[in-house]
Amino acid sequence: MPNEDTRPIKVEVKNLTKKFGDLLVLDDMSFHIRKGEFVCVVGPTGCGKSTFLNCLTRIHMPTSGDLYIDGVPADPKKHNISFVFQEPSALPWLTVEDNIAYGLKIKKLPKEEIKKRVDQILDLMGLQEFRKSYPGELSVSAEQRIIIGRSFAMQPDLLLMDEPYGQMDVKMRFYLEDEVIRLWKELGSTVIFITHNIEEAVYLAEKVMILTNKPAKIKEEVKIELPRPRDITDPKFIEYRNYITDKIKWW
Amino acid sequence: MNKDKQNLEDQLQLWRQNKKKENLKYVLLSAAGILSVLVIWQLAVVLGLVNERLLPAPTRILNTLIFKINNKAPDGNMLGVNIMASLQVALSGFLAAIVIGVPLGLLMGWWTYADRFIRPIFELIRPVPPIAWIPLVVVWMGVGLKAKALIIFFTAFVPCVINSYTGIKLTSQTLIDVSRTFGAPNYEIFWKVGVPSSLPMVFAGIRVALGNSWSTLVAAEMLAASAGLGYMIQIGRTVARPDIVIVGMVVIGAIGAFLSMLLSRAEKYFLRWKINR
Repeated sequence: MPNEDTRPIKVEVKNLTKKFGDLLVLDDMSFHIRKGEFVCVVGPTGCGKSTFLNCLTRIHMPTSGDLYIDGVPADPKKHNISFVFQEPSALPWLTVEDNIAYGLKIKKLPKEEIKKRVDQILDLMGLQEFRKSYPGELSVSAEQRIIIGRSFAMQPDLLLMDEPYGQMDVKMRFYLEDEVIRLWKELGSTVIFITHNIEEAVYLAEKVMILTNKPAKIKEEVKIELPRPRDITDPKFIEYRNYITDKIKWW
Repeated sequence: MNKDKQNLEDQLQLWRQNKKKENLKYVLLSAAGILSVLVIWQLAVVLGLVNERLLPAPTRILNTLIFKINNKAPDGNMLGVNIMASLQVALSGFLAAIVIGVPLGLLMGWWTYADRFIRPIFELIRPVPPIAWIPLVVVWMGVGLKAKALIIFFTAFVPCVINSYTGIKLTSQTLIDVSRTFGAPNYEIFWKVGVPSSLPMVFAGIRVALGNSWSTLVAAEMLAASAGLGYMIQIGRTVARPDIVIVGMVVIGAIGAFLSMLLSRAEKYFLRWKINR
């Protein structure tokens, strides 16, 4: 049976509700995420995933309920929140190294610290030889790696990833999934990863949260107890995948 | 491994050489284009198809051009003096338009308050042709450098504002959101995301502004000038010397092309990150 998770609670969401006028998008969601946990959220297209994320990052304010990081209401100016968007979001006028340093400079970290972290990320992502290149000179997948590197460089309290591999082919996807796992393990960040690909969710997550159709609620939380690196042909893996797919059929 | 690398290097060399050859071909083609126009023109004059008193031949114009470098007749200034006078007028109006217009457009595009406050005024002034300002400007400031520069300013100001405004409005919302989730305040996002992302449009605006200011020059120098290329053209007309008029036109064209080239260099430098994938 699963071991009891004893890690401290990092992020707590209490009764999160969001309405646009009369339209209820998020309906009374409550959950918590432990420090260093990797959570995948699966939900149908248009169920309010983006609204959910935007509430977490304070691009939108929730109608009621709130999000707490270390017991304090979340605030991008105080907390370290990183977001990997679905679309390519490297700043095209900055070199690879300046892109990775971008968030760190906004947080006004000391210069040596920025340099240290940028070097570490460049090493981890294998981008050392491209440090002076512009994103436009690299491939789309390399650009996505810059963005992932930029997010991890922040050593965020909370790292949000919104279908970051939506537009990539299968091979690149596998490669980058492993990359994210490696960075997550190395740096111990807390990650919320949104996807509609169930296989991806089972491959990555420690815990999968299944959302319902709009208005979004949490239907179920599934713990994935599989050793890493995971094997997508393992019968147990397939069992998890089928279980979640089954739940989703009722969307 | 090494062999492969060597092979690649060789191919790159070859490709570069071919590219160079191709470039040379295109340069020659451009030169041939200009040359053929000149030849047809010369032939038309030599064969008597057009009256030489109305349209002098290119060789005659070249002679006049060389003559004007050292001689003051008929307008009272050597060519260099005229060029400097014109550049002074055009560039001071043009630079003032950039310094005032670009920041104004950027502010209007970013902050709604600035937009709502300034835009109506701007929209009212915008459709007024710059030349319509001439009488007022003369009453206000006489006919000196300031007055002429002001006319140029009006023609260059509008594209600077409009392009900066549009450019910063087109800033990707995703990039703004990225900065916001990092906790950047609005003015920092303006400076680090809005301004650089608007640069391609700003440069396009500056290019239009440069063209406008240089081509309004003749109109501005109709304000009782005593030197300048536009003035030289005026005198050429008065004394019925079409060759002087054409020399003025050619020099204006050449300097315009040169300034445009300088701008391209600057653009290439500032937009070096802009690579079309």
